[in-house]
Amino acid sequence: MNLDFGQILPSLPFILKGVLVTLQFTLLSALFGFTLGTLLSLLKISSIKPLRWFAEFYTSIFRGTPLILQLALVYFATPQIIGYKISPIEAGVFTFALNSAAYSSETIRAGIMAVDKGQREASMSLGVAYRPMMLDIILPQAFKNILPALVNESIALLKDSALVSTIGVLDLMRRAQVVAGQTFLYFEPLIVVGVIYYVMVMGLTQAAQVLERRMRRSD
Amino acid sequence: MIRIEHLVKSFGPLEVLKDISTEVATGEVVAIIGPSGSGKSTLLRCINLLEIPTAGHIFVDGVDITSSKCDILKVRQNVGMVFQHFNLFPHKTVMGNLTYAPMTVKGLSKADAGKIAIDLLAKVGLSEKVDQYPSRLSGGQKQRVAIARALAMEPDIMLFDEPTSALDPEMVKEVLDVMKGLADTGITMCIVTHEMGFAREVADRVLFLDGGYLVEDAPPDIFFTSPKSDRAQQFLEKVL
Ligand SMILES: Nc1ncnc2c1ncn2[C@@H]1O[C@H](COP(=O)(O)OP(=O)(O)OP(=O)(O)O)[C@@H](O)[C@H]1O
Ligand SMILES: [Mg+2]
Repeated sequence: MNLDFGQILPSLPFILKGVLVTLQFTLLSALFGFTLGTLLSLLKISSIKPLRWFAEFYTSIFRGTPLILQLALVYFATPQIIGYKISPIEAGVFTFALNSAAYSSETIRAGIMAVDKGQREASMSLGVAYRPMMLDIILPQAFKNILPALVNESIALLKDSALVSTIGVLDLMRRAQVVAGQTFLYFEPLIVVGVIYYVMVMGLTQAAQVLERRMRRSD
Repeated sequence: MIRIEHLVKSFGPLEVLKDISTEVATGEVVAIIGPSGSGKSTLLRCINLLEIPTAGHIFVDGVDITSSKCDILKVRQNVGMVFQHFNLFPHKTVMGNLTYAPMTVKGLSKADAGKIAIDLLAKVGLSEKVDQYPSRLSGGQKQRVAIARALAMEPDIMLFDEPTSALDPEMVKEVLDVMKGLADTGITMCIVTHEMGFAREVADRVLFLDGGYLVEDAPPDIFFTSPKSDRAQQFLEKVL
């Protein structure tokens, strides 16, 4: 075995640009995903049955099929069905947001249920309407409780984001493959991006722990 | 003024309030007492529609709040409530707790809501706690903040559901003192309580509930000395 990291050194800037793509992609997916997940979770606890059914059905669809299939469907079928030439990054963010919404809605629902029902009653007794009650009183407390779970969900998103390489997004993973194709070296570029993924995940985990500790101190 | 007519409340098959009728005059202080599970909280919670009555009517200042046309949020703005477990907003400071609803619901400016809050905190003796978070307060202080929070909406009616039951004994008095002061201001008060001494001293009338029935409705001196019903007599023997 002769490893030659020197030969991929010139490609390093190219690979590192993928960090930005991957992070951007993850951030956007998480942002849209958690927002949509919050809306879904509200449907799940709604008193209106059809809304609950819809949310449950939605979740089961995205949990019951492979993510890579969802991704392929959105990317390849969108132009065919609505005639819109969707870009790989759009298709990726769209699919990941929808998928992450399904998973995070369960977490968020649990977080809302865990908020003392006295909080709801106090808000209601003051004449506060549903929307401000949710936005200002219930959700901030719910999110505080489930922050660790949402960080885990973000980490999963970050790792799964490598799947978008299959539809041609130039993320970290894809860039490793491009470099491999150019240099005919596989181990080196893959190891390099592997290390980068690992460092990003560890960074995120650390940041979450610091945040959690700080929040616990404020209690 | 509150007028309750043939109020019934059921949870599924369980009928918790059975044909309750009574009136509470403006400025009157009414103590609601009775054994556990008799429906005291439920009765109180019907008055601000935290529970929706199954049948009957409740009129608040002449408006039928059980009518489907009635704006529930409007009713609640005018009826403050204090809970056994305070239910302060833990992520807001004392100031934030007091100004949130006036700003959000009534659209008061931060400055105006703040002025009301400062005033009320002085009244409940907690001016120095204005920037604290609830977790830093003792139980008695929390409950006084909760009273101030409800008062910040400037309601005509205040409901109290066992406001001192979750407190250590040495903190009961500070809360009852605040409530006594409040009773003298002419606000209408309905108080579910196990503090018989307080009920006797402060209430204008006592409602005694048992098994969902309003069994006695009498001034305190009469209720505590010569209750009509056996059940009230038995209850008083146990608690006095
Ligand atoms: N949301 C609910 N669903 C079902 N049953 C309920 C509900 N709330 C109250 N009940 C029942 O209604 C009855 C009266 O309850 P309520 O809380 O009004 O009693 P209470 O007089 O306040 O008792 P306590 O002194 O223990 O607070 C009880 O049997 C209780 O189990
Ligand atoms: Mg009760």
